[in-house]
Amino acid sequence: MTQWLPIAEIAAKVNAGELTATAMVEQALGAIADGADYQAIIATTETRARERAAIIDEQIKRGELAGRLAGVPFIAKDNFLVFGAETTAASNILRGFVAPYQSTAIERLEAEGAICVAKANLDAFAHGSSTENSDFFPTKNPHDKARVPGGSSGGSAAAVVLGMAPFALGTDTGGSIRLPASFCGAVGYKPTYGLVSRSGVVAMASSTDVIGPLTRTVDDAALVLDVMSGQDKLDGTTIVKDDAGYDGRALDLSGKKIGVIKEYMSDDLQPGVRQAIERAIDGARQAGAEIVEVSLPSLPLGLAIYYVLCPAEVSSNLSRYDGQRYGYSAPDAADLEESYTKSREVGFGAEAKRRIMIGTYVLSSGYYDAYYRKAQIVRTKLIKEFEAAFKEADFLLGPTVANTAFKLGEVSDPLQMYLTDIMTVAANLVGCPAISIPAGTSDELPVGLQLMAPSRADRDLLGCARRFEEVLA
Amino acid sequence: MAIVKLHFMMAGKAPTLDAILLPMAKMTREDVLKLAKLARLNLTDSELDEFAREFTDILQYVEQLQTVDVEGLDPTNQVTGLTNVMRPDEVIDYGYEPAELLKNVPTVQDNQLKVKRMIA
Repeated sequence: MTQWLPIAEIAAKVNAGELTATAMVEQALGAIADGADYQAIIATTETRARERAAIIDEQIKRGELAGRLAGVPFIAKDNFLVFGAETTAASNILRGFVAPYQSTAIERLEAEGAICVAKANLDAFAHGSSTENSDFFPTKNPHDKARVPGGSSGGSAAAVVLGMAPFALGTDTGGSIRLPASFCGAVGYKPTYGLVSRSGVVAMASSTDVIGPLTRTVDDAALVLDVMSGQDKLDGTTIVKDDAGYDGRALDLSGKKIGVIKEYMSDDLQPGVRQAIERAIDGARQAGAEIVEVSLPSLPLGLAIYYVLCPAEVSSNLSRYDGQRYGYSAPDAADLEESYTKSREVGFGAEAKRRIMIGTYVLSSGYYDAYYRKAQIVRTKLIKEFEAAFKEADFLLGPTVANTAFKLGEVSDPLQMYLTDIMTVAANLVGCPAISIPAGTSDELPVGLQLMAPSRADRDLLGCARRFEEVLA
Repeated sequence: MAIVKLHFMMAGKAPTLDAILLPMAKMTREDVLKLAKLARLNLTDSELDEFAREFTDILQYVEQLQTVDVEGLDPTNQVTGLTNVMRPDEVIDYGYEPAELLKNVPTVQDNQLKVKRMIA
């Protein structure tokens, strides 16, 4: 399998003329071709990648520096608009859509010399937890081809673990970065809500959507976050980044309080997952942290809140796909109304239809107060419990998922699939940062350790995760 | 399925979905048809039956929110703490030709988006 140096080292060597951007791009494209069986990639952006690499190599020959990510290849989930590249969100309705502009996140990465080499598979419109909802094909887990990679950023997570690029971008609305990171054995970072601009990214549920990196190490994740984050005039929900920026410097855990989430450490955890998490807890204790048990009684309600708010926002965000302005348009419609319904019938898969209709239902008059408004109020209750928990502990800890990767086709009922997200949705509803890092294996499949910190404490969370990485090594 | 079992343990609820069923959360074929119409979706007959069953399950699951004590709490609409983010209302030239931005439009005529007639 292709090995990559740490991202900062690749950039340093490219800037120093010891490695070329072209060689890095070719290495990535080679690994993508070698791993084709895993179906992690929807399409490469090789022409543009090679052109950009040549420009960067020229720049360096002239004696200029090409940025903090000079020549570093990366893979974007296919819901990021990359200039001139097809952007489908793995949906039939966006098949053939060529991005006329590009997302701020990609702009910022490119400004520092990074090169997008491919677009990764996902559950269509990021609706799902296994990448089986892709309208095109499912992605396979790098550790076992019969298993799912998790989702919805399953292509991104699998690609990183398969060595196709040093990092990939994902989106996390209810766990879509952390869950596949856990199932595939990658680091997956979900920043504080608003820390990374979402301009140019296909919207799912706007009140919880965030963008983040999938990497092999916390160090790499921190560097990518540092480049992407901060206010953007194209996204009015963005917040300022930490003055000190983000880096992978380990935080001294001595004297820090780590709250083990009681509701997550249930007897129903897969035994191997429990053991892996307990090993991490022991490690933290040895590193000087004080371990406390923390209870968030409303945590089990998180998924019910999420599956009201998310479809509501999805139904609104997906109304723009009407077959008139872009995307699939039914050729044989008699009038405008029929053009809408036929285009959407063919263009949307079952899960998109499901969420659009549930969303329409919970937002309809007569049900709005009972469902949507009630969910927003219970969301407040959950947020208050997290605020209280962060008075008792500096960081919260638990598994990312209760189990390891399940088999393709094993979970066919939509509600059961939703329940996979039960430990990840809370951070999205609260808005706080969360990370999944590899914490060993259970029956030879990766287990993810989830750490959370108060909103805007991303710098501390990355430092804490780095320390855990050292402890678990 | 272990995943489902986990939830009910965590919620401290009865072990079956029926225990949290409220009468309003039963979705019929007709309900689904109405929703599909509102959402501008065509559905097949088999989809109608399948969605009716699945929506009933999903809505029964989220019914658990109804019994939560939320005395004195307000709804959360967003979590940034930002209010009224303004920008100057000005034209920014990104250097596009209209034709470039119309490339993805299914039917274009004279640089305008063309749609089917609105009244059949």
